[in-house]
Amino acid sequence: MIGGVKRDHARFRQIIRGKIKQDLKKYIQHSEMFGRKGKDVVSIPMPQIDIPRFRFGSNQGGVGQGEGEAGDPVPGQGNPGDEPGEGQQAGQNAGEHGLEVEFTLEELAEILGEELELPKIEPRGQKTLKSKVDRYTSISAEGPNSLRHFKRTFKEALKRQIASGLYDPDNPMILPIKKDMRYRSWKSDVKHENAAVIIYMMDVSGSMGDEQKEIVRTETFWINTWLKSQYKGVEARYIIHDATAKEVDEETFFRTRESGGTLISSAYKLCESIINADYPPSDWNIYPFHFSDGDNWSTEDTKVCIDLMKNSLLSKVNVFCYGQVDSRYGSGQFYKDLLEVFGPEAEEVILSRIENKDGILQSIKDFLGKGK
Amino acid sequence: MGASGQSTALPPELAKLQEEIRAYAEKSGLDFFETIFEMVPSDTINSLAAQEGFPVRYPHWRFGMNYDQYSKGYEWGLQKIYEMVINTKPAYAYLMSSNSHVDQKTVMAHVYGHVDFFKNNYWFSKTNRKMLDSMANHAVRVRRYMDTHGQDEVENFIDLCLSLDNLIDPHMPFNTAANKTGAKESDPEVEVKAQEVGRLKNDRGYMEKFINPPEFIEAQKKKMASNAKQEQKFPNHPERDVMHFLMENAPIQDWQQDVLRMIREEAYYFLPQMQTKIMNEGWASYWHSEIMTKKALRDNEIIDFADHHAGVMAMQPGKVNPYKVGIELFRDIEDRWNRGRFGKEYEDCTDLKERQHWDKKLGLGRKKIFEVRKVCNDVTFIDQYLTPEFVDRFKLYTYEYNKRTGQHEIVDRNFKNVKERILSGLTNQGQPTISIVDGNFENRGEILLSHKHLGGDLDMKYARETMRSIFIMWTRPVHIETELEGRKRLFTYNQNHEFVAKD
Repeated sequence: MIGGVKRDHARFRQIIRGKIKQDLKKYIQHSEMFGRKGKDVVSIPMPQIDIPRFRFGSNQGGVGQGEGEAGDPVPGQGNPGDEPGEGQQAGQNAGEHGLEVEFTLEELAEILGEELELPKIEPRGQKTLKSKVDRYTSISAEGPNSLRHFKRTFKEALKRQIASGLYDPDNPMILPIKKDMRYRSWKSDVKHENAAVIIYMMDVSGSMGDEQKEIVRTETFWINTWLKSQYKGVEARYIIHDATAKEVDEETFFRTRESGGTLISSAYKLCESIINADYPPSDWNIYPFHFSDGDNWSTEDTKVCIDLMKNSLLSKVNVFCYGQVDSRYGSGQFYKDLLEVFGPEAEEVILSRIENKDGILQSIKDFLGKGK
Repeated sequence: MGASGQSTALPPELAKLQEEIRAYAEKSGLDFFETIFEMVPSDTINSLAAQEGFPVRYPHWRFGMNYDQYSKGYEWGLQKIYEMVINTKPAYAYLMSSNSHVDQKTVMAHVYGHVDFFKNNYWFSKTNRKMLDSMANHAVRVRRYMDTHGQDEVENFIDLCLSLDNLIDPHMPFNTAANKTGAKESDPEVEVKAQEVGRLKNDRGYMEKFINPPEFIEAQKKKMASNAKQEQKFPNHPERDVMHFLMENAPIQDWQQDVLRMIREEAYYFLPQMQTKIMNEGWASYWHSEIMTKKALRDNEIIDFADHHAGVMAMQPGKVNPYKVGIELFRDIEDRWNRGRFGKEYEDCTDLKERQHWDKKLGLGRKKIFEVRKVCNDVTFIDQYLTPEFVDRFKLYTYEYNKRTGQHEIVDRNFKNVKERILSGLTNQGQPTISIVDGNFENRGEILLSHKHLGGDLDMKYARETMRSIFIMWTRPVHIETELEGRKRLFTYNQNHEFVAKD
């Protein structure tokens, strides 16, 4: 890429970022449009940005070529990506060309953070995750010629010559021998990072419809994106529940649909046992997220849940998040119950109600806005 | 130029091929500027294409966007830029380093065709052949303004200017009067005389009504008054060059005026290329085909050449490919003038068979196409040389949008209609014809634009945004007269940034 274009390309990226920020709500709601490219890159379709000029409206007639009778449709329509060929119309449909822009998840998290004014998370616990970074800051007596340290080598040679009396100041000729050779070498820095785990729980009973699940899927995408930008290593675990809970993989998490009743405590119990087994709170930042439509089998079970949270979960986790996705069938009682117990200002519990797709942005802000 | 710091000179074997092609081109009668070929990797060619062929441009995001699209298109194997040549003296052309030799030869021959066209076509006769320097110069100036006024402010203003860069006057480069800067200076003596309204000298009072009849004086007065009114009109005549009008009259700062001037200059530079798309590509393709098939091709290259040539010329169903129309029309003209199939005698001949076998063995074809490439642009090219036989042979048809089915549908294959359609599409380079008719509309200092409706309605969404650009520079409301779905309308972009319509 030649210099000027590099600069312009960076500028273009900046403008695209601005556009995404401007319409963040739309992009957040429609993250299913994002194409995944490899592990850390998504491609986002967006309308072409163009310079407005006077131009003819679409649906103009023109001249074509090929077979066909009067009244036959012109072939190749409905494919706005193609130039209409004839010089007269070139560029006319330019506005309909889409752009595909690529972003790394990190950039996406940055945009999200800036726009929603998300605070950086203050990690807790010890830095137990070790990562090694090699830096070429050291010198060694062995190595490949490509890494030869010229100055050090001659210094060594000089030292040796002086020590052995071979050095003549009037005729300073320094000849390094193999022993004098010095090479650049690396040192491994061990960095200690904070580790984090997200435990997603979702109600998959009959009352959670496709729309609700879509909302949950969208939320988890953005929560993952954000938390991954805050912690080096983030693990995710998935629990689904109706009357019983089980751990599943991500795929199954979003696909499963059961018809049974709902016992939320089953999920919380499983969550607790996962934490106890794998994630000692002293070493891990733990984020349980629970999504349901707010229906629980009985007030009895809700009490069990609250007790479980109060007595065990809340002391182990950074913050406990409950997202209630409203559905036509759900009573929404669970949210009210939690709100009654913990209040809106609770430090260790974040409650969010998501009425519909429009509520996703606010809900993400609710969850991540506290910097926990 | 060495854009990436590496040598971009041709390797010896290609330099030798270039000499060979160049000799063929010269021998065929092509007359071109010295042409410097540079060999660059695909990424560089994408960068250059993003900047419209020039290695140095002012900073602007759209070049970055172009690059993004070209490089993705290349990466995904959707498109590949085979050749690029810029109209300067000497001309620069870029060859992609990963291309095969047969491609490079074809591109070289094609490029010599383009450069011959640049040098000899009348519509290019006024272009700035030192544009490489001018572009670099513009870049320096814009960067300096950015340093002083901030990147955002300057870039935003560039966006405004670009949105008006098709509002220029295609005839301006050839209008010597308009090129002379400065308005007509008023001559005080002329003004005194004007009050005399053609009254003849008369010493004898009683003869007055015979020497200077009152009706005549009255008529003269009226004429003067209407002339004076004309003078007061601002601008005097409808002004196509909206950019120039704003440059001279809009309340903008000096640096903004300079930016507007640069963008306008670049727009005029690119104008002839838009006016001669079909001809220019047709001419270059005609010559690469001539040179390659008759001289430069080696036996083992024929298949590859044929494959790539066919790819460039391919007509997709429903679309018209300017390369194809251009080359075939040149070949058709050559054939007609070789056989004498033109003029009154031929036109008047109604015997189909006789017409088909018409051959006067004139051999004027070559001479004729060189003449055509000299004087025509796309409009006159199609107007003069498109024949019913041609339309028939290439199965051209007109189509219209059918509101009911939401599709474009074939209307007919009538020669007159097809030709009219092509021409109306080429008029004003396919852009709407718009001029400023009043810079002091209703005596309120507002701009009135007029769209000359030739069949196509404006896209009002874009019109609104474009008028916003004018509004920001002019700071007063902007109106446009146009026709929408057969009704005359007046649209206004007003002080409150509203866009309102009146019948």
